[in-house]
Amino acid sequence: MIQISPHAEAALTCTLDERSLYLRRLVLGSVRSAGRGHVGPALSLIEMVRVLYDDVLRIDPQNPQDPHRDRAILSKGHGCLALYALLADRGFFPLSELDGFCGSDSILGGHPEYGMVPGVEASTGALGHGLSIGVGLALAARMRERSYRTFVLLGDGEINEGSVWEAAMGAAKHGLDNLVAMIDYNKLQSYGPTDYVLPLEPLADKWRSFGFAVQEVNGHDVGALRTVLKQVPAVSGKPTAVICHTVKGKGLPAAESNADWHHKNKLSDSELDAIRVAVGDF
Amino acid sequence: MRNTAMNMVHKLAARDERVLYIGSDPGAGTLRAMSKEFPKRHLIEGISEAHIIGMSAGLAMEGFVPYVNTIATFLTRRCYEQVAVDLCLHNLPVRLIANGGGLVYAPLGPTHQAIEDIAIMRALPNMTVICPCDADEAARMMEQTLDWKGPIYIRLGKGGDAVVSKAEHGFEIGKAILMRPPGDVLMVTTGIMLQRALAAADLLAAQGVRAGILHMHTVKPLDTEALLQAIRGVKLLATLEEHVPSGGLGSAVAETLIDKLGSGLPAMLRLSLPDRFMHNYGSQDSLLKKHGLSANAIATSIEHALAASRSSAPQLHST
Repeated sequence: MIQISPHAEAALTCTLDERSLYLRRLVLGSVRSAGRGHVGPALSLIEMVRVLYDDVLRIDPQNPQDPHRDRAILSKGHGCLALYALLADRGFFPLSELDGFCGSDSILGGHPEYGMVPGVEASTGALGHGLSIGVGLALAARMRERSYRTFVLLGDGEINEGSVWEAAMGAAKHGLDNLVAMIDYNKLQSYGPTDYVLPLEPLADKWRSFGFAVQEVNGHDVGALRTVLKQVPAVSGKPTAVICHTVKGKGLPAAESNADWHHKNKLSDSELDAIRVAVGDF
Repeated sequence: MRNTAMNMVHKLAARDERVLYIGSDPGAGTLRAMSKEFPKRHLIEGISEAHIIGMSAGLAMEGFVPYVNTIATFLTRRCYEQVAVDLCLHNLPVRLIANGGGLVYAPLGPTHQAIEDIAIMRALPNMTVICPCDADEAARMMEQTLDWKGPIYIRLGKGGDAVVSKAEHGFEIGKAILMRPPGDVLMVTTGIMLQRALAAADLLAAQGVRAGILHMHTVKPLDTEALLQAIRGVKLLATLEEHVPSGGLGSAVAETLIDKLGSGLPAMLRLSLPDRFMHNYGSQDSLLKKHGLSANAIATSIEHALAASRSSAPQLHST
């Protein structure tokens, strides 16, 4: 059984402010236009991505290749709708691109591609790759004596992959305190609950035992996320793992903690009505 | 060949601060001198190939040129998705130095025998595949790897292979070397099959058969121009490789000829390992001999195929 963290309980009841609702409208607008998309994984991520891009990352949308920028990799690439919404909102590309999601001439595919989407640091979609790439970026910063930080957003299902734990050992070996792994711990993967598919608990202890400084937070609490992420590294000389307790499909009552909304095809009229009730007209 | 390639990494590192050596868990003392001179650029990262490939991608994104080194099977089979996505999709300049290409690790059994590595590496967009024939050529090859765009798979032989390449041949990635002018026969080789082809050519010459040799050290991109030039007037084209019949040099040559010529192809003989895992041990040499890749067997196969091609319409042969 999953140990119920107070952060997890708080995530379930946490209310969303207008910016969070707005970002959900952007995500769901893309799904409506494309007739497809990973809804649940994007909605659980939104506040994590929002706080990163609004408050934490040292980035310039007008200069996305600035060598001194902080790096962020969405290792759970299927959550890309949340990333696209933030990147568009922050001006990396026009908001109108969101309507083309998954279209034949769109820059925005069902998983993010490096070189196609301004602000995307690595092509992801195959799970278990991002943390290793992040280790390389963080090690490069150390070797080049650059001050940028690297943030890697991982899914909880994703960390079933052994390569994630290889990367964790590597990060700890090098004492990469310029590297932050953020785990979107919504406790629901494609098939069903993580504790049914492949139990992860005790998750915080796992990351600790792999040499990370661990923080746990309600992943929908913007203020709490800000506080935690602005204080990285949590421990000097260690990489940081931030376990973000989230709710899959957060913000849409029908989708919350519902594996059927992991990936959604065409939204029905009644579903669109329910979405308008939940997040506002879009 | 292996020591030469390793030492070249050190030499390149001395010249260019972008160069990194990344080993998984190589033999004790691998590049010890480099580890002392450039400790920050000599990285031993553990038996975690999937991670190492991803990490090398991250380092390459930041301008480094990582030379990743471990046994060929682990560098190809274990981390294929990382090679495909992290290196090839991003088209990053990571160099994979594969120890023990082919049957070098014959005594260690099928887990250590890289018999399909060329095929699976060649299948990946943006990947370059190079199989040097000896230590001298490996040194010339390594010089060319520093500024090559995109990932490179370097298939190394055992070490101690007879040196048959010559400085005057030079080395250019993607440019085949004509070792002997074609006669009725042209052998196309890669890696250490060149030595066997040279010996087979001598045997054939003693029988009055002139056999040319085109050394295709780079299997991808294949030197189409050199191939098309060399097969002019040739009655039999034989490809030689220490690899399964699927997807390697023979396949690459056949695909190219079909794509470029469509018809009027010479008779073709593909000499390779069989399409199965090896369950014999012994040595690289004994396994090659067992599968018809000794110089004698190559010469005999070519003689038979040449005779067959003279008595019938053009046809494809395969071992």
